[in-house]
Amino acid sequence: MDAILLQILNGLDKGGAYALIALGLTLVFGTLGVVNFAHGALFMMGAFCAVGFNKLLTLQSVTIDPSQTTPWGSPMEVRQPYVEAWLGESGKFLVDYSVPAAILLAIPVMLLFGIAMERGIIRHFYKRPHSEQILVTFGLAIVIQEIIKHYFGANPIPQPAPAAFRGTAAVGELIGLGNGLPYPWWRLIYLFFSLSIIGAVFAFLRFTTYGMVVRAGMRDRETVGLLGINIERRFTVVFGLASVVAGVAGVMYTPILPPDYHIGMEFLVLSFVVVVVGGMGSLGGAVLAGFLLGILQSFASMNEVKAIIPGIDQIIIYLVAVVVLLTLPRGLMGRAGVMEE
Amino acid sequence: MSNIIVTRRGLLRTGALSGLALAAPMHFVRGAYAQDKMSCNVPTGDTVTFGFNVPLSGPYADEGQDELKAYKLAVKHLNGEGDGGMLPTFSSKALKGSGILGKKVAFVSGDTQTKADAARDSAKRMVEKDGAVVITGGSSSAEAVAVQSLCQDLGVIFMTGLTHSNDTTGKDKKRYGFRHFFNAYMSGIGLGPVIGEAYGTDRKAYHLTADYTWGWTQEESMKAATEKLGWQTVKAVRTPLGIGDYSQYITPVLNSGADVLILNHYGKDMINSLTQAVQFGLRDKQVNGKSFEIVVPLFSELMAQGAGEAIKGIYGTANWDWKLTDPGTKAFTQSFGKEYGTPPSQAAHTCYVQALLYADACERAGTFYAPEVIKALEGFDFDGLGNGPTLYRADDHQCFKDILVVQGKAAPKDKFDLLEVKKVIPAKDVTYDAKIFGGDLGPADAKKC
Repeated sequence: MDAILLQILNGLDKGGAYALIALGLTLVFGTLGVVNFAHGALFMMGAFCAVGFNKLLTLQSVTIDPSQTTPWGSPMEVRQPYVEAWLGESGKFLVDYSVPAAILLAIPVMLLFGIAMERGIIRHFYKRPHSEQILVTFGLAIVIQEIIKHYFGANPIPQPAPAAFRGTAAVGELIGLGNGLPYPWWRLIYLFFSLSIIGAVFAFLRFTTYGMVVRAGMRDRETVGLLGINIERRFTVVFGLASVVAGVAGVMYTPILPPDYHIGMEFLVLSFVVVVVGGMGSLGGAVLAGFLLGILQSFASMNEVKAIIPGIDQIIIYLVAVVVLLTLPRGLMGRAGVMEE
Repeated sequence: MSNIIVTRRGLLRTGALSGLALAAPMHFVRGAYAQDKMSCNVPTGDTVTFGFNVPLSGPYADEGQDELKAYKLAVKHLNGEGDGGMLPTFSSKALKGSGILGKKVAFVSGDTQTKADAARDSAKRMVEKDGAVVITGGSSSAEAVAVQSLCQDLGVIFMTGLTHSNDTTGKDKKRYGFRHFFNAYMSGIGLGPVIGEAYGTDRKAYHLTADYTWGWTQEESMKAATEKLGWQTVKAVRTPLGIGDYSQYITPVLNSGADVLILNHYGKDMINSLTQAVQFGLRDKQVNGKSFEIVVPLFSELMAQGAGEAIKGIYGTANWDWKLTDPGTKAFTQSFGKEYGTPPSQAAHTCYVQALLYADACERAGTFYAPEVIKALEGFDFDGLGNGPTLYRADDHQCFKDILVVQGKAAPKDKFDLLEVKKVIPAKDVTYDAKIFGGDLGPADAKKC
């Protein structure tokens, strides 16, 4: 029983990441009709906002200690972070909470980057075939990756969660199942964080006038335009919003997986499968498929399952995609007419 | 009728002068006779080209970048630039810092992407298009086995980089392949007694293993070593290379009854699996009345940097460490540190040494003709390159030397001081019969590419 509950939790937190990335992907596809292969790179950029913010907070004063030398004979450098020197305990607290605090940096950075990307590159490919959109966005992803690699190196850079959340939570006690079920605090936080972001995006689209116009534009772009609404500008903002969602998902994922320049690509392919299984252009479908595939992937990794079907953990997602598309060609919640012209 | 009078003295004098005249060019062009025998890419100009085949992307990219730095340093030293590095400490004095056999060393490099097929493509390009006479580098056994096989077919010597699988110099060994790095079997022999002493003999181990040649042999060797101690193997689970999130593989460990997790992972995979195992609270657990322990049979300073806090107290093995105090290590660390501002990794060390060993073998053989260079490397005894007296065994082209048991340092004094050398395992303790891993070196016949 414990093993099953643990795999459900695993699937939910993994699914949370899939759902967040897929949500942004499908939002962009649903509004702009663009297949954005650079979306994984936006997740990676978010993760590096956390890395960059941490580096900023840990900028150090360097003094030379002539009494010590390095093994290669240079004088030893003694370093102290400015923030700690200036703010004392508050500075240490700020450094400790650098990952969640980096969200404040990631939101404007990702919003501006998303808008610039849409205005600078993506808009020129609206009326071009999907194959060209894929090529240009994939190329852009590689450029972003290489820039990050140049400045931050190829090594994963560990970003610890705040000290208070580094241990494990006794989930069994929390849900009244007695002792056991230890699960990392930060993964639980990530799960709640992803649910909150998903809820916020849905609320924005459902309950605000801006969101209503966007939804209307997704249904019938021309008619909304004829009503005198500048739908293109709103879609640009939606692109920025999708970038922010991917970015903050990346920021909060860093304590789970030390980020490197390639982390976005690792999620991108799976997220596309999630979008297709959920139904192209369906926001609810993307979220549902994200969690569903995350959970199925976790169960497929159980030793008991692999003993019956060896290697199933490697193919389960693609197997489910094939079955879903054979039975429901538009995906779980796909709308008629999307990518069917 | 001829007036020429041939005297005995005159004949002798003419004969001696003619002999001297004919022999003189052979003296000034050392190895010229041997070079009449051509093998693939034997240089004819005034430079000799090395091919550095290293992973600059993928899970082992960090090791690859450090390897390339080391190779560049080796080229400098071979050409007489810089401080000479390990040349003065090397027991063989054939290399003078004037290139190899009078030719300056040049190089080309390629990105293996930590993939066997990409590594083969890159090596092939360097041999066929760039004229590399030797291929060296790599940070994965899958790459090493693939490139070694290619080099055997092309007739180009392959000096492996970081490869730890028993297969590289075991069942997949090749006449044209040479490994300086130690292997999984040696890790098991070295690490077994140390973890037995630290954690006792009544333990239950759970293995998570990278699903390729290195992982399999590492798992096999660790199972043999721990079961010899009396430990039980609860389960051994294979994990794909480069998956990132290991949570679904770690959670089954929690309820498996195991009290030790052995992570047969390397590079970025190890950083991720270890970090996540610690996040899941494995190291805080008490199982079977004992503290849960994690063992990583092979790790390096670069991985320790990536794993951060998680590496503290973890046992593993290493081929070499920059904190050793022998003259060769000191010279190399000094040289590398001055050039790049960081101490060298074990990947950098093994690659630097391999470049020097190949160059030295050419000098000693007096030729770049591959079969002769192979002969010069086979059975070569040397010292002064950081691991004490070392033998390049002729039977399997494996180096036998001291290896290290290391532990993640609990209180590092700076960002480079992450590992502590707990024990040096002497070469004689890790030496084994070449026959146990089978394989066949194959022929050393020269090929013209």
